[in-house]
Amino acid sequence: MTAAGEAPRIGVYVCDCGFNILGAIDVPEVVRYAGGLEGVVLAKEYKYMCSDPGQDLIKKDIREQRLNRVVVASCTPTLHERTFRRVVSEAGLNPFLFNMVNVREGVAWVTEDKARATEKAKALIRAGVRRVALQEPLEARSEPVNPNVLVIGGGIAGMHAALSLANANSGAKVHLVEREPSIGGNMARFDKTFPTLDCASCILTPKMTEVKIHPNIHLHSYAEVVSVEGYVGNFDVTIEHKPRYVNEDLCIGCLKCVEACVYRDARFPNAFDLGLAKRKPIYIPFPQAVPTKVLIDPMDCLYLKLGKCKKTCVDACEKGAIDFAQAAVRAQVKVGTIIVATGFKPFDARRKPQYGYGTLPNVFTALEMERFLSPTGPTEGVPSLKDGSLPRKVGIIHCVGSRDRNTNEYCSKVCCMYSLKLAHLIRERTGAEVYDFYIDMRTPGKGYEEFHEKLLAEGLKVIRGRVAEVTTSALTREEKGHLIIRVEDTLAGFVRRIPVDMVVLSVGLEPQSDTQQLRRMLNLSCGREGFLQELHPKLAPVSTATDGIYIAGACQGPKDIPETVAQAGSAAAEALALVHRGTVEVQPYTAVVDEAVCSGCQVCVGMCPYDAITYDADKGVVHVLEVKCKGCGVCAAACPSSAIDQKHFRNAFVLAEVAGVI
Amino acid sequence: MALAVEKSEASTASWEPRIVAFFCNWCTYAAADLAGISRVKYSPNMRMVRVMCSGRIDPSFVLEAFRSGADGVLIGGCNPGDCHYKEGNYKTMRRAMLLSQMLQDLGIEKERFRLEWICASCARELQTTVNKMADDLRRLGPLDWKGV
Amino acid sequence: MVAKPKVAFYWCASCGGCEEAVVDLAEKILDVVAAVDIVFWPVALDFKKSDVEAMPDKSIAVSFINGAVRMSEQEEMARLLRRKSGLVVAFGSCAHLGGIPGLANLTDRESIFDWYYRKGPSVSGDGGAAPATKVTVPEGELELPEFWDAAKALDQVIDVDYYLPGCPPTPKLLAEAVGAILSGKSPPKGTVLAGTRALCHECDLNATKPAKLLISDVKRVTEVVIDPKTCYLAQGVICMGPVTRSGCEALCIQGTMPCTGCFGPLDNASDYGGKALSYIASIVDITDEGEARKVMAKVADPAGIFYRYSLPKSKLGRRRARRK
Repeated sequence: MTAAGEAPRIGVYVCDCGFNILGAIDVPEVVRYAGGLEGVVLAKEYKYMCSDPGQDLIKKDIREQRLNRVVVASCTPTLHERTFRRVVSEAGLNPFLFNMVNVREGVAWVTEDKARATEKAKALIRAGVRRVALQEPLEARSEPVNPNVLVIGGGIAGMHAALSLANANSGAKVHLVEREPSIGGNMARFDKTFPTLDCASCILTPKMTEVKIHPNIHLHSYAEVVSVEGYVGNFDVTIEHKPRYVNEDLCIGCLKCVEACVYRDARFPNAFDLGLAKRKPIYIPFPQAVPTKVLIDPMDCLYLKLGKCKKTCVDACEKGAIDFAQAAVRAQVKVGTIIVATGFKPFDARRKPQYGYGTLPNVFTALEMERFLSPTGPTEGVPSLKDGSLPRKVGIIHCVGSRDRNTNEYCSKVCCMYSLKLAHLIRERTGAEVYDFYIDMRTPGKGYEEFHEKLLAEGLKVIRGRVAEVTTSALTREEKGHLIIRVEDTLAGFVRRIPVDMVVLSVGLEPQSDTQQLRRMLNLSCGREGFLQELHPKLAPVSTATDGIYIAGACQGPKDIPETVAQAGSAAAEALALVHRGTVEVQPYTAVVDEAVCSGCQVCVGMCPYDAITYDADKGVVHVLEVKCKGCGVCAAACPSSAIDQKHFRNAFVLAEVAGVI
Repeated sequence: MALAVEKSEASTASWEPRIVAFFCNWCTYAAADLAGISRVKYSPNMRMVRVMCSGRIDPSFVLEAFRSGADGVLIGGCNPGDCHYKEGNYKTMRRAMLLSQMLQDLGIEKERFRLEWICASCARELQTTVNKMADDLRRLGPLDWKGV
Repeated sequence: MVAKPKVAFYWCASCGGCEEAVVDLAEKILDVVAAVDIVFWPVALDFKKSDVEAMPDKSIAVSFINGAVRMSEQEEMARLLRRKSGLVVAFGSCAHLGGIPGLANLTDRESIFDWYYRKGPSVSGDGGAAPATKVTVPEGELELPEFWDAAKALDQVIDVDYYLPGCPPTPKLLAEAVGAILSGKSPPKGTVLAGTRALCHECDLNATKPAKLLISDVKRVTEVVIDPKTCYLAQGVICMGPVTRSGCEALCIQGTMPCTGCFGPLDNASDYGGKALSYIASIVDITDEGEARKVMAKVADPAGIFYRYSLPKSKLGRRRARRK
């Protein structure tokens, strides 16, 4: 009997999915079996149930065969439950009278033996049919979507997403939150970009300016997201603005305070330059910083640390912007969607001690080399040795921290290309002979292989082999005073020792060190390597399992700038789609109380993490606030009276499935 | 129970344990989907029942599974701290502790009831868990529950 | 004169407490005796089995049978009374759910016999014979009832019309039940003649629960001085109230003891013990696995606590039988 008391008339459709299911399961046998199950009036096989004719078949049968329940046995519900619910609904049947049985991801693709796969499919369909017979009609809830969007991270991904959203002129605000004092991310550190050798700053700074002046973007710089509550369409975000000790509204970026600082010389390592250059306690991270405002490091500033200083900066500031009493300020914003674009951190080369980073002189990481090559960097664009002279031979070691069982197994995708780029620029600036030590040359993008050819034509020396070590232990007189790169040249077939003056380590890309904290805050998952996990590797690369939260750029996995920008645009489009719709459908899997059974024991009240259940002392029963209920079902499992149940996942449904699968 | 007519297991096949698995939608079910997408093969002994959160699992479901003929029951949920609904898996964890003890008191070996935290990208762990559980159950033999 | 309805009482695997409950009717018992004709009551009257066998079928209006069924003789008598009665009431927790004797289902006959007749501390030497169904003595052949491997509730042996829950049922409930049945106001067959909601509904201490019922530790009644004015569960003492049928007026609670669950499950419960363990584990608010394990270990003997009265009627019914 169905919930409405009518006899079930169940239609079962088993999908071949081309050869995906048909090849691993005896579909005709499964269809025959399904046809004999209680309540089933028809069972059919079709090549592609999700196709138009497949969908039409269901609709036709609902109308002509008066089906009141439908089961489709095909792929995972994560992929097509929505599709078939819509189909069923279009034929006039309530979409929650549909059940999907996963025989592809759950059976066909994971089972070797066809006979056993067929038995398993039958068991799952048997369970699915029993369940659907008991299912009841439900109405999906519609919630409004707040048109504001939060973008976490102001690198190239975050900025591009923010601008795409802002330019849509939807009337809503984009809150762009960046934890560094300036936007720009890692790309702002680069000198030139591959393969075109565009100047990174030249293409980046206009975007940075656009972000700053756009009326629809509210830039929160030197700020972090500290908490996110709520759900798709209605997120409550708390942003903490760290104190610059400078009033942002007054500072005009004239830098007179920096000049006037009691520290005559810059003494403290500048994070933007990766510690290779120095700054004063009051500083601007780099000349093109956006916003162009200074900040004071409380660990370095004499007044903030010790309370004793002449405060010459205060005197120098015409605007009176310096404010030593400034404190962190928290702001609450409401947004409907969130885009995470928090980027990457480079692999820590100290984890490969054999390459001498941090122990031998003149061994640098690629990102450090970018700063040397940058005209605004510590060496004004000409990479030099520690003693100031120019290198005559440079070795670039690929795959440091990538393709390596000891550290990261994955390939970081961009290092071959940036290594070639660095080789070109180093040769251009210093005239040095450059050696690239590679395993494979990975040049998959537009113009990438051509760039590789160009470098080879320029005289780049490439040696195929994973470098064993960089050492200063000289074996011959020629080697004395050099860094010796010891490597097996696998194409030539012998081990070589190549003396160079400077070594550049092509470090891989890793997730940011606080990714775990971030993802817990947002309820996202991470993949094995620690990058944020997309919903589907092919079909949903920027969505996540949490509705309303999207990811873009290197935080999802290593990638180059064109891909990053593409993903950022894609994430913005997804967010805009929700904003444009204005509403979002929330699954009606909420808890429901049978007041005739409820004893008022209140066990459920303490169970709910969303405070969706309240106790009515007068009536002696509890009430569920549907709008707060997220549909987890924990209360239903805890309820000692079985008075609370979960819609669409009722006790009876689960028990019916259990009986069916055995 | 009126299942006799519908049961389809070939009687000539050698006995294979039946595992009822309750998987939470966000983590373990996603891992199972990923296993499918990646063609990671595992024993077909495991049959999934999908719930939104492992916290939905009433211990009575587990008891019913054993009573109805399951040889093993597996609950899959998100790692502690990662529950999509904040704290559901902590309740599962505590219930499973008591339930496992009670089942052992009733003569059901501890290998037959397992709670595993399997994250959304952990397809390999799922494979290992299912295969190991099937092996353990083959060794223990059918549960074949008979009541009073 | 209209014949008074015939009534029978019988005890299976019973402690005698339910017979006491009838006596506890005190002066009301005189009304009962005046209203009915007791035709069989082994503890109090001298009727024999053959007297019952001689009665016409269905001539007994109501038989109140208490005790669990775990011997062949008990089954035989239950079936006999069923044949001879219009209505059968499973009287008390043992008949209703298996009761305390039902806890024997945590073991089996061989283990019980081993302990008592062969290897237990009170057995001298190699022990003696375990009970057998037939034994030859000089006087002839003696028969003993067969001792089953598992204990059962009454309705696992015969068809039961009503259930009077409780260990024992309270005099008030008994009086109400007898009155209702004999006055012809028959509730639907299968009704448990007590409340329909869980005990918290009628417990005065329910109103003292905090906003969120969460505890950080589990305490046995011997470990803590219970505050009689606050919900015991909120104090960390395991109370079966939330999962147990009401109707007893929370007498144990009023006696500063937590409910142990003798009125059994509610109508829609899937498994009493499963639900009990679920909510107890749920309200212990500990997220650290090591800490949680320590506290859960304090719930010693979960099967005994959560199935104290209802093991035979639970989903699994008994500890797994020995395999041949």
